[in-house]
This record gives sequence, structure tokens and C-alpha cells, in this order.
Amino acid sequence: MKKRALILGAKSAIARAIAVRLAEEGYDFALAARQVEALQPFAADLALRCACQVDLLEFDAFDFTALEDLPRRVERASGPFELVVLVFGYLGQQAETARSTEEMLKVLNANFTSAAVALGHLANYLEQRGHGGLIGIGSVAGDRGRQSNFFYGAAKGGLALFLQGLRNRLAPKGIHVLTVKPGFVDTPMTEDLDGLFLVAKPESVANDIVRAYQRRRDVLYTPFFWRWIMWIIRTIPERIFKKLTL
Amino acid sequence: MKSHTRSGWGLYPQIETRVVRAHQAVDLARAHPNASLLAQGSCRSYGDACLSERVVSTAPLHHLLEFDAERGAVRCEAGITLDRLIAFIAPRGFFLPVTPGTKFPSLGGCLAADVHGKNHHSEGSIAHFVEEIELVLADGSLARCSRSERADLFWATLGGMGLTGAIYAATLRLKKVASSYMRTRTIKTRNFEELCRVFEQTQNQYTYSVAWVDSLASGARLGRSSLILGEHASADEAPPTAPFKVHGNGGPSVPLFFPSGALNGLTMRAFNALVYHRQLRRQCDAIVHYDPYFYPLDFVRQWNRIYGRRGFLQYQFAVPFNGGRALMSDILTRIAQRGVASFLTVLKTLGAESGGLLSFPMPGYTLALDIPLHDRSIIAFLNELTQLVVGAGGRIYLAKDAILQRADFEAMYPHLNEFKRIKRACDPHGRFRSLQSDRLGIT
Repeated sequence: MKKRALILGAKSAIARAIAVRLAEEGYDFALAARQVEALQPFAADLALRCACQVDLLEFDAFDFTALEDLPRRVERASGPFELVVLVFGYLGQQAETARSTEEMLKVLNANFTSAAVALGHLANYLEQRGHGGLIGIGSVAGDRGRQSNFFYGAAKGGLALFLQGLRNRLAPKGIHVLTVKPGFVDTPMTEDLDGLFLVAKPESVANDIVRAYQRRRDVLYTPFFWRWIMWIIRTIPERIFKKLTL
Repeated sequence: MKSHTRSGWGLYPQIETRVVRAHQAVDLARAHPNASLLAQGSCRSYGDACLSERVVSTAPLHHLLEFDAERGAVRCEAGITLDRLIAFIAPRGFFLPVTPGTKFPSLGGCLAADVHGKNHHSEGSIAHFVEEIELVLADGSLARCSRSERADLFWATLGGMGLTGAIYAATLRLKKVASSYMRTRTIKTRNFEELCRVFEQTQNQYTYSVAWVDSLASGARLGRSSLILGEHASADEAPPTAPFKVHGNGGPSVPLFFPSGALNGLTMRAFNALVYHRQLRRQCDAIVHYDPYFYPLDFVRQWNRIYGRRGFLQYQFAVPFNGGRALMSDILTRIAQRGVASFLTVLKTLGAESGGLLSFPMPGYTLALDIPLHDRSIIAFLNELTQLVVGAGGRIYLAKDAILQRADFEAMYPHLNEFKRIKRACDPHGRFRSLQSDRLGIT
């Protein structure tokens, strides 16, 4: 029987690129997203090209009460799965976020609270099944709090910490957890941002992610040089850092 | 919304464009609310047909939607490039029923220009193989059109240069092939007379035919050419290990713009002579893969940069068989006399019209020339040549054009008024427009 991957937040460009790469590795899919019918052309294309099964699942990350039932919903709609890829997130605009409680909660909930609750339940499911893996998309923004996007950064940093704990818990069971920290990626999320540099293609990021998962790496920076950029940023002493505009 | 500098493949003209990417069909009309716009695919038309101040990019709409192997039909989104489509159909024993000389245009662009290929004389343009078009109209609604449903819109959209709406998807009938390979015969001809004679002799025998003309040979050698004939190879003729091989990622890319004068009479003469003399015998047979056969120039990515930053014009016209040969000789002679060098000159015969109201192909010959834009005076010169084309009952190909004048255009396309009537009915506020449609007075 073929392996099945559940992708949460499947509409994003990174999620689609990951699905294409995983299809080449022989996976079937449950693709979950809000207003998931928009994914029908992508799903048809993937199924035709790669001769895989692709099921679509309506999923709202902000509906916390539904998260507990998520593993069973996926099983009912699609079948048992063994790989979870959590991609959803919400960038927001820092200036607007800083003024609006609603925006603050949206950024924190999408990137951390909802992600952690969903992963908590999905981890229980994988643990029961006794095999599989989990890929969580964090961000280089989570490595150090900066004035330009610390709501987003704090939530993504929290997610990285959460994944670290999950990895520690699931490692003895043979379930692998990969934390991904992408830099700037050329997606609709970043389409209108100015001043981006070293922008990577979603396809190359997805390639790195799938390879890192197969090699059972723990933390992946993609493209690779972000590991060194973030190492430098983390090592700047706080009394200097607080005066910088990054 | 970001602003980008865009141009067609000829790099002339260039325009600052606000680009919105369409991720769903509904984005196609919603992208620039209540403003004029144009759907833009791969920008592989040469002049300004693909340019507008505001465009909606169909690049993200590149999905296959349905495939019926028994019927040999595929339904896909309009932003899919031909190379992506071929990569899917070739291993399954199919090929495009009609293909232009590059595999990088979008399908939507190919339908909007009603493109023709080396098989036009025998099989017609791409319109013949389109079963249905799903078109997003100016008011945001999705219209299905075909030969039986909203047929007027169907025939206005095929060859309609994107002016009736934005094509979201289309259903295309494919060609069943026995392999990915082509059986080719190349015949060298010494001059125009011989070329046209061999064309006539081979018309009915080969599905594919095209001639590369050495436009720098003059006098008695005017029109010396390599005529390349082809058929899809049978399963026995293809390499047994990989009969349905798909094209690779291509070769090198031209990394930077050549200086504008790099392609001059001397270098072009050398290149054209090389192409002609590469084959010593008069006639030569071979089995070649579809990629070098149909898409020889795709091997060098961004080959348009060899013309330098000022770009180039592609001048392609069609003329009826009757009087066509004399007109082509006349035009080639005038071009040679003016000292203009055309790097690549391609001649082929065309068959019946497709029915597309603004479609280019008509029974006769078509000649395409690449002309570097070293200085703008060449534009007036080419417009003079266009007078000759009009006089001979011919027409200019809109997908290649950047310089045609309104009066000449109106004299060339007999169904223009019917097209305008349909355009007004489905786009009363004139939202879909391009630099070209403004220049030619269509919008």
C-alpha cells in the first residue's frame, strides 16, 4: 500500500511544491486547507501527472474545537496517513498587528496556538500507529525577536520550541520530527514585500525539505546559508542588538 | 502591486506593467477591478500583442484538469506552457496536434494567436483541434464556447489576441504518435525557383515542411534554402530503449546581452552559410527527436539577447500562392539592397483558413524574417514593404508584429468588423486591450 501524507495549509506555494516532491517519492495525499475547492486544479494535475490519489479536506486552523477530531476526519475522508506536513501560517503586517487585538491573536493563533494543538493531536495519532513522521514549517524569523516582525517571529519561535519537545518525545518511538526554517521564499505571501534578498524558489525549498526528512535531519535551514546568517544574528549581544533596525 | 518592465520576445517595445498573478479563474477579471487589462502568459509573442499597462499573469494557472487517453483529449488551464504539456503527453504516446517553433509559450497564448506549425499545409492551425474554451469575460462570468455553443465567441477568441476575455482553460484534441521521434528529409535548393518547385512536389507527401532560407544569398542564388520535411517516426524507427523520450532541460543560456552590432552582415552571412553548407549532399535523411526537430532554438535559452538591448523585429507575412513567389523575391531583394540582414529566415506553405476571425494563416506562402533594430528607420522601410503585402492580398501575423499601421491592418483582415461587433457585445467597456490593439484601432 502507498504511503499517505497529510498536508495542512496545502494552498501555499511551499505546500504545493512539497506535495509535488513527495508525489515523486510515491505518496498519496490528503490536502487540507480553508476553501479547499480552490485546490481542485492543483489536485487534478498532481493526480494525473504522478498517478497518485489526492483527497481534499476542508480545514480551518482557527476552529480549535475541531482540531482534536482532525486525525479521524482525515482517516474517514482519505484513509490512514503516516506523514504530517504542517505548512499553514499567517504573516500579517507588523504595523497593523501592533494596533489590533484581532490581528495579534490571528498571527499568534495561526502560527503557534493552532499549530501546536493540531500537532499535539496528530502526534498522538502517529504515536498510536507506531510509525511515521512530522514536518513543521517554522521561520528564520523565529530565531531572534526583531522589531520588524516579532509577533510572527515569537509565534514561529514558539513553534520551533514545541517541535523540539515533540521530537524528544517521539524519537524513542521511531517517529521523526523535522523543523524547517525557510528564509525568504518567492510565494504569494511575499509577493508584495519590498527589500527582500536571497529569495528562494518554492521548488528548491521543497527539495531541501524532502531530502532533509529522508536523511532524518532535525533542523533544516533552507536555503542552507540562512543557518550562518541566523547564527550571526543570534550572536550579536543584546545591548547592541536592541539599537539595530533589522 | 509590483511594477515590472515587460517586453515581448523581440525586446521591442518595452513597457512598465503592473502585474497581478491569477491563482484561480475568478482572478482573471477581478485582478484590476473596473480597469483595462490583458491576460499575459509567457510573453513569447514578439512585439506588443502581449503588452498592456495592467496585466493578469496566467503563469500560476498551469494545471492539467482532465486527460482522456481513449479520446486523446486533454483539458488544461491556459497558463500551462507547451513544454509542460508535452512532458505529460509524450510518454503516453501523444503529441501536440500543432506546435509553433518554441515550446515555451502558454497554451492560452497559442489559442489567442491561433498558432500554426510546420504542418499547416496539411493539418491546419491549432484552432482545428480545440474542442472547447472556458473564457472569463469582462464582467467576471465564465463562458464556455465551442463550435456548437456560443460559436461566435469561439471563433472570435481563436486568433483574437486576448481581446474577447481571458482564457481560463481549454480542451484540446491531441495527436496519437508511435514514438517521440521524427523521420526527416532535408533537401538543399539552390534558389527560389527550385525551392518553390520542391515545395509543390512535396506538399502532399509530407505532414511537416519548412525551409530555412539563406536570406543573404543574392542574385542567382536568391532564396537558396534547406527544406526540411518530416513525419512522426514509427515505433521501429525510434530507438528501442526510449521510444517515448521527453525533452530535457535544454542547453546553455545566453547570459547577457550581446552588443547591438554583434550580429552584423558578416556574422550573419557566416551563420547562414554554415547552416546551408552543413549538409554536403543535396538530400539527407535522418531520425531525430522531436525537441531538436520542432524546437531547435529552444536549445539556447534567451537567444533573443544576441540581438542586443535594442531588440529585433520579426516580420512575418502570408501571401496567396498566386503572385506570392514574385512578391517574396521582390521583398527579399529590397531587403538585401537596403543592406538589412535577417539572421533567420523561414518560409513555408499554408493551407486553408481556420475560421478564426482574426487568424493569420491563409492558403499561400508565409515568410518570416528576423530584423535587428539597430536603428528605427527600419520601421518605416518595413511599413513600405507592408504596402506590397497588402497589394498582393496578403497579411501580417499579429503575434509577431510591433509596427503595423492601422490602415494596412484594416485592409488585411476581412472579418475585422464582425470581430469588433462580437468584442463590443462581450466587453462593452473595452476592458481587454493591449498596446497592439490600441495601435491598430481594434480597441
